[in-house]
Amino acid sequence: METGLSILIGLFFTVSVYLMLSKELVRMLLGIAILGNAVNLLIFTAGRLTREVPPLIPEELYTPAVQTANPLPQALVLTAIVISFSFLAFLLVLAFRAYQELGTDDANEMRVAEPADEQAPPQGY
Amino acid sequence: MAGSSVSVDISQAMAVAPVSAGDWLIVAPSILTLLGGSLCLMTRKNTQAQPKIGLIFMVLLVAANIGLLARVLDKGVITMVMGNWLPPFGIAFTADALGVTLSTIASIVALCAALYGSATIDNTGRRYGFYPFLLLLMTGVSGAFLTADIFNLYVWFEVLLISSYGLLVLGNDRPQLDGSVKYGILNLIGTNLFLIATGLLYGMFGTLNMADLATKVAALENGASGTLATIAALYLLAFAMKAAAFPVNFWLPASYHTPNIAVSAVFAGLLTKVGVYALIRVFVLLLPGSRAYMADLIALVAMATMMSGAMGALAQGEVRRILGYLVIAGIGSMLGGVAVGSTLAISGAIFYAVHSIIVMTALYMAAGVMMLMGGSYRLRELGGLYQASPAFAAVFLVLGFAVSGLPPFSGFWPKVMLVDAALGDGRYWLAGVILLSGFLTTLAIGRIWIFAFWRGGPEGTADGTSTVRISPIGQLGSAALWLPIGILTALVVYFGLQPEWMLQVVSRGASGVVEPLGYVRSVFGGL
Repeated sequence: METGLSILIGLFFTVSVYLMLSKELVRMLLGIAILGNAVNLLIFTAGRLTREVPPLIPEELYTPAVQTANPLPQALVLTAIVISFSFLAFLLVLAFRAYQELGTDDANEMRVAEPADEQAPPQGY
Repeated sequence: MAGSSVSVDISQAMAVAPVSAGDWLIVAPSILTLLGGSLCLMTRKNTQAQPKIGLIFMVLLVAANIGLLARVLDKGVITMVMGNWLPPFGIAFTADALGVTLSTIASIVALCAALYGSATIDNTGRRYGFYPFLLLLMTGVSGAFLTADIFNLYVWFEVLLISSYGLLVLGNDRPQLDGSVKYGILNLIGTNLFLIATGLLYGMFGTLNMADLATKVAALENGASGTLATIAALYLLAFAMKAAAFPVNFWLPASYHTPNIAVSAVFAGLLTKVGVYALIRVFVLLLPGSRAYMADLIALVAMATMMSGAMGALAQGEVRRILGYLVIAGIGSMLGGVAVGSTLAISGAIFYAVHSIIVMTALYMAAGVMMLMGGSYRLRELGGLYQASPAFAAVFLVLGFAVSGLPPFSGFWPKVMLVDAALGDGRYWLAGVILLSGFLTTLAIGRIWIFAFWRGGPEGTADGTSTVRISPIGQLGSAALWLPIGILTALVVYFGLQPEWMLQVVSRGASGVVEPLGYVRSVFGGL
């Protein structure tokens, strides 16, 4: 089970790195979205997988009688999902605004902040 | 369970003793700024009240941090656990000399920026949330400096990152959107790398508490160094992106000159140093074996960072971009300290971080004043500022000497410590590059000073004449501009002339992470 998921996570990372290497903003953002999901799956798998055991504690005991799924990675993933979702939403709006103002979604052509023809500093006093 | 709970001994899992009043100070920096940020957010349409609320909470933040620093210096490392769950189950906040020192200096700088921002941020900027974002940024920064849980550190990183996005796009200019795209995407990838490494670390050790991790890694150090080195390499890349180390530093000069100058000042002071702090925390406290294993690599990265920063500064003709590259050069010096890794070297790196937080913020603030006086950030269009205000020219020269590492200012002592530590470790190249980057920084600063201050006017002015068309100091007159620069310059001079106190504090901070026993004891209560 862990092995299968590990291969899937590897595929996710491959796809996301490939997309992030693109110079077009939309592909980059898709890559980031997939990267976020790959990380979430990775944390989930790192916590080891346990199948379908209800986390119930019998009346006379203080701890579960059999091993149940590890709840901590699920809490971590929940946190990370919320964060990556909100960041992706922000970046989508930012990319759209940048497209509106700069007229391009090609990272190579975004040279407003760092103009290509910038003057060199004065060379002599 | 409710019926039988009387017989349960909860002291196995939970702290039963009430937290002493003074220990509440550990969470005070995060809570105060969160509260202040929410208040500012609710009143954001009231542009007159915004700076007042912001300043009040910044003063409270500085007071809380100073109180916490005094307590830590008096009693040693202190810990508080959330929800009373004992570590390693509950999230712990641990204040040690390293975290609290940086947190205190950061809060002083943020107070100065809040004051400076009241003069440079217009009503639109206030309405769109400069003060809420600044306060929430400080929530993230304080939390990152004080937490003792590595996943929690990630969360604080994200808190400060989303606030910094808000500050960066405040104003919506074209260059800002361009810079924000690069800053936003690369920093998000950096935090995702941090999260990957944390997930793998959790999979390996089953714990996220830093003290617990430090103990478990030390016990395992020889067993699985290969896997650990992979995780350490991921951490190195993630924090290098955050700290703007070569070769993943190009987002910094692409973005730091685009927002309002008050925002640039805060960013230059705080954000990269949080990355350096995380690097020290993770590599020296958690993974000392991997740090030693990768020391040569870190030293190479440090040297490349210093040289790319210093030479980038020489190649720029715009004051804010020169300063952006100088931030990078400083990061290289701190990484050099991490590469050497002795107590002296880490002390030097922490002292350098303190110095760099203060001096880079002050330099950006001074650049804002240069813009107000001379009407431009470009060296070709500046000139005659010395005649307009000799006092301001002197202040800029003090800050410039400090950032170059010249005595008697605050940049000198950390450089001495770092060079000494590098020589002691046999890393002569590293020591040489630290000195060389200081020399190149002096050239870059000297160039700003000659062109913007010393000559009579902008390019085209004949030698010996002057075309001062500059608003004299009196007309700029707002104390909100001068006071922050004055406070920070005073700190620079004070740490330069009287370094003993800061030297003691940083060496306590460094020995606290190099020898983590005190840290572990504080979290686990003397185990």
